[in-house]
Amino acid sequence: MSLRVLVYGATSGICHEVLKRYATEGAGFFLVGRNAQKLAAVADDLVARGGEVLGSSSYDFKDWGQHEPVIAQAVERLGAIDVALVAHGTLPEQLETEVSTAATQACMDDNFTSVTVVTQALAQQLALQGQGKLAVISSVAGDRGRKSNYTYGATKAGIDAFLAGLQGRFSGTDIRVVNIKPGMTVSPMTAHMAHGLLWSTAQDIAPGIHNAINRGTPVHYAPGYWRLIMLIIRLLPTAVVAKLPI
Amino acid sequence: MASWGALPLAEPRRVIERDWRFEALPELAETDSFLAYGMGRSYGDSCINSQGTQLSTRQLRRLIHFDTERGILRCEAGVTLGDILQLIVPKGWFLPVVPGSRFVTLGGAIANDVHGKNHHSAGTFGCHVRALNLLRSDGTRPRCSLSDNAKLFAATIGGLGLTGLIVDAEIDLLPISSAEMEVENEAFYGIEQFNALSRESADWDYTVSWIDTSARQGHTTRGIFSRARHAKNGSGLSPGRSSSLIKVPFALPWSCVNRWTVGPFNRVYFWAGQRQKGTRFEHYQPFFFPLDSVAQWNRMYGARGFFQYQCVLPPESRDDAISALLRDVRASGQASFLVVLKEFGDRRSPGMLSFPRPGLTLALDFPNRGQTTRHLLDSFDRIVRRAGGAVYPAKDARMSPDMFASAYPAVESFRAQLDPKFSSAFWRRVQASR
Ligand SMILES: Cc1cc2nc3c(=O)[nH]c(=O)nc-3n(C[C@H](O)[C@H](O)[C@H](O)COP(=O)(O)OP(=O)(O)OC[C@H]3O[C@@H](n4cnc5c(N)ncnc54)[C@H](O)[C@@H]3O)c2cc1C
Ligand SMILES: NC(=O)c1ccc[n+]([C@@H]2O[C@H](COP(=O)([O-])OP(=O)(O)OC[C@H]3O[C@@H](n4cnc5c(N)ncnc54)[C@H](OP(=O)(O)O)[C@@H]3O)[C@@H](O)[C@H]2O)c1
Repeated sequence: MSLRVLVYGATSGICHEVLKRYATEGAGFFLVGRNAQKLAAVADDLVARGGEVLGSSSYDFKDWGQHEPVIAQAVERLGAIDVALVAHGTLPEQLETEVSTAATQACMDDNFTSVTVVTQALAQQLALQGQGKLAVISSVAGDRGRKSNYTYGATKAGIDAFLAGLQGRFSGTDIRVVNIKPGMTVSPMTAHMAHGLLWSTAQDIAPGIHNAINRGTPVHYAPGYWRLIMLIIRLLPTAVVAKLPI
Repeated sequence: MASWGALPLAEPRRVIERDWRFEALPELAETDSFLAYGMGRSYGDSCINSQGTQLSTRQLRRLIHFDTERGILRCEAGVTLGDILQLIVPKGWFLPVVPGSRFVTLGGAIANDVHGKNHHSAGTFGCHVRALNLLRSDGTRPRCSLSDNAKLFAATIGGLGLTGLIVDAEIDLLPISSAEMEVENEAFYGIEQFNALSRESADWDYTVSWIDTSARQGHTTRGIFSRARHAKNGSGLSPGRSSSLIKVPFALPWSCVNRWTVGPFNRVYFWAGQRQKGTRFEHYQPFFFPLDSVAQWNRMYGARGFFQYQCVLPPESRDDAISALLRDVRASGQASFLVVLKEFGDRRSPGMLSFPRPGLTLALDFPNRGQTTRHLLDSFDRIVRRAGGAVYPAKDARMSPDMFASAYPAVESFRAQLDPKFSSAFWRRVQASR
């Protein structure tokens, strides 16, 4: 039977590339995002590639009351969830968060609170089913706090801890929790930045992510070389990291 | 942001990614202008808006509708032809026209009204566009086809990106029963033999020839004539590779393509080509896109870049003009190794400024050696102009305003369809007061 896929943040550039792969395999989707027009554009694409869109919903994920009813609706439309993917996020200007508590809070809500709240609800659904894959897009930014983006980085570090805990909770079951950690990737989120040597495109990293989800890889760096880079950065003494322009 | 010839050109003032098809155009300063940029596979300055605003379409790569029964595909303009083939070949469809690289966008294929090895049987890419949606600088989004906004449609096909941003398009596909091609190669000596092969191959969908310009002076021109069709009983519908095999990592200061490398290369290529007698079956990728297996092969020409020169010569003057051109190439001692010769057919494209027209087309390339190369190409222009031919804007970085005006008389009616806020380095060059 074809896979049933529930997606939070379906309009993300990285996520869409991964969804294309499921669509080619004939997957059925329930798509959640916050912009109905963008969601429709993604849905058209997935259908044209051979997927089936069984439902969609658009709301801001800071609208806390919506999560439970929407997930319930998705489960009803899909029957059950084989793959749940949580991909949404925003990348604030670090300097702006330093002078604005509102910007800091928005960053926490977009990248941490809404992600963990949704992930917790999805985990509960998979626990009921007894099987399924739960994949969340974190980031290499969570591996070490750095002055250039620690507000955003902290949310990703929080997600890492949350997912590690979920992996413990589900060990020995048929539920797999996959932590996806992309490095710098060209997408709408980063369109305004200069793209240098270490940058990937969403198309470059999508096949690896798709594989990692299917295999249930606990922590997937995308591309893999980021595992080594971040290991080195984690091992550097604090005084050195403070001096680096990162 | 560069074009494929990697010639030194002034940079755009800013590059803006287009993320969604329904987004409005960004604000524009009074003196600024827009130009779409696809994959930058044009060789010269037609895809560059020096000091202007470049609209990158790389994120506009969503499909909109694929009718797998009737073979009709509608998608956003930044989708590459390679991505389209990955999708449609397994379902038994092919693109009706493909250029020599699959790493070009749908928008770029329309804006240059590209041609393929089947021009004599299928016409240009624009002949297969059912409809397209434009975004103009006044915020309107005209839908254009042969019946809706027909003039704007005709101006946009081959319109060099100057009529607005093509947001999406709907095209007709070609049914196939295999991903393989049935191919035959034949060596020829002299242009008469080439002409005879062209005539007797009229019922082959695809024909193209490669010629050896390094053969010693006085000898007749030799080459390999190749003809093909989609195999009827080939094996499978595998779409092939989505990316290149290897990549040239950087450009050296000098060109690796020079008279010492081109001569031996051409001899080996000719020898290998003439050995392949009879019919063989080959996957469509190496047949249509041999150069795509090496990413960034343009770097082989070194840091100064290179010029492509592609012209078409009308039937009445072609043989003399071709001989004159090949004589000049040899006399110049400047090396050219990707020399392609092909017969265009008489199927008319709707495009006003389309390059293909009945006759013989010749494409050559030369490492950029400054004025020496420019003088050589100017001498080619004189031959082409006398013969009543035209030079292909997609490959041009230097033709004069006069040369352009003489080969594209429709430019007067084209001007009425221009978007006043779109421009390019090419356009400003060929419109400079003569
Ligand atoms: C190896 C190789 C082989 C080739 N072989 C052939 C061949 O056989 N036949 C042939 O005809 N050409 C050939 N070409 C040329 C190539 O097909 C054309 O230059 C093509 O237009 C490149 O597409 P692109 O997406 O890179 O467009 P670009 O080069 O980025 O842009 C080309 C033009 O299209 C416009 N444009 C791009 N997107 C849009 C849009 N969305 N809306 C409006 N305007 C737009 C640009 O403004 C520009 O004027 C070849 C090129 C290479 C590198
Ligand atoms: N790009 C990178 O370099 C990079 C690197 C590491 C990790 N990541 C992570 O990868 C994930 C995907 O990002 P991307 O690069 O694909 O960027 P993207 O295209 O901008 O996608 C982010 C998506 O999240 C949605 N979103 C943000 N806040 C939301 C909210 N409050 N409610 C509902 N939807 C919301 C956005 O919706 P709208 O489009 O409607 O705004 C957008 O579709 C993110 O978690 C990001 O942190 C990215």
